[in-house]
Amino acid sequence: MAGLVSTLFPNGIAQYAVGGALVGLGVVVIYVGTGIVAGASTFLESTLSYVSNVPRLNRAKHLASRDWRVVFTLGIVLGAAVYALTLGPGGWTTDVQPWRLFAGGILVGIGTRLGKGCTSGHGVCGVGSVSRTSLTNVATFLVVAVGTAQLVAALGVSP
Amino acid sequence: MSDAPTDDGGDPRFFGVVLLGGLIFGFGLGYSQMARPEVVLDFLQFQDFGLLFVMGGAAVVTGIAFALLADTGRRAPLTGRAYAKRLKTYDRNVLVGGTIFGVGWGLSGICPGAAYASLGVGNYPILWALAGMFVGAYLQGYWRSVRSDDEDDVAATTAD
Repeated sequence: MAGLVSTLFPNGIAQYAVGGALVGLGVVVIYVGTGIVAGASTFLESTLSYVSNVPRLNRAKHLASRDWRVVFTLGIVLGAAVYALTLGPGGWTTDVQPWRLFAGGILVGIGTRLGKGCTSGHGVCGVGSVSRTSLTNVATFLVVAVGTAQLVAALGVSP
Repeated sequence: MSDAPTDDGGDPRFFGVVLLGGLIFGFGLGYSQMARPEVVLDFLQFQDFGLLFVMGGAAVVTGIAFALLADTGRRAPLTGRAYAKRLKTYDRNVLVGGTIFGVGWGLSGICPGAAYASLGVGNYPILWALAGMFVGAYLQGYWRSVRSDDEDDVAATTAD
């Protein structure tokens, strides 16, 4: 049993569970104070409304939320910086290749907006709401992401 | 457009609460290791299932808040907004978008919130991913404006 656990969770589960609970707590603080269910990805669209006239990016709900979404995102950046400088290992950089980050980022940007949410909007808030729409979306992206990552690795792309 | 109502409702504490929530959210993403694309890719390649506890732990915490507050008739102090769950309408885009997102997440190992957090730890190569996400968000906004695709407009109480 211990062997199985260490195989499935070679780095334990504490850091993941505690980190996840803190992510949830951040959402809850905003929810209790404002009634807003905050996800991370609408920021991408609502922030573009400052510089673009594309109607889809300038919907009323984006214009109404774009200011606080900038503040929320700055909070995420600063919060992670505080982690890195206190409990964390300081700064670090990824070795994943830039083309993977950029091409993957484009698809993430399209998919999260088309699918009405991301890992936080659907994966945390939607699953926490036991929303069938969100559960369907999460199941879909998890399966597809597993297949994609395994395929890319099988093709010898690393990191 | 500057005269349009905004979500903050004019309460000066609103942005402070949003900032505090963001700080905790970002600290948690850093602590959870999800801001590292390598950790996400390890998870997707079945080498470390710990990431299940990140999304799961977060969903349990938000789920408790929803269970206690949502649809009770109570309203948030800073906005007067009624507490509700995050329920979005289902349509084909939920599947198509989820599939595209899955390919992107599986290729890059990074999602929006984790990308913001990753920037905060000084991981400057993640700017490639953030640039891509803005390009992707713009492209879908442009395409859908051309097509007048408004099928997923929902109440302003939900926000991803």
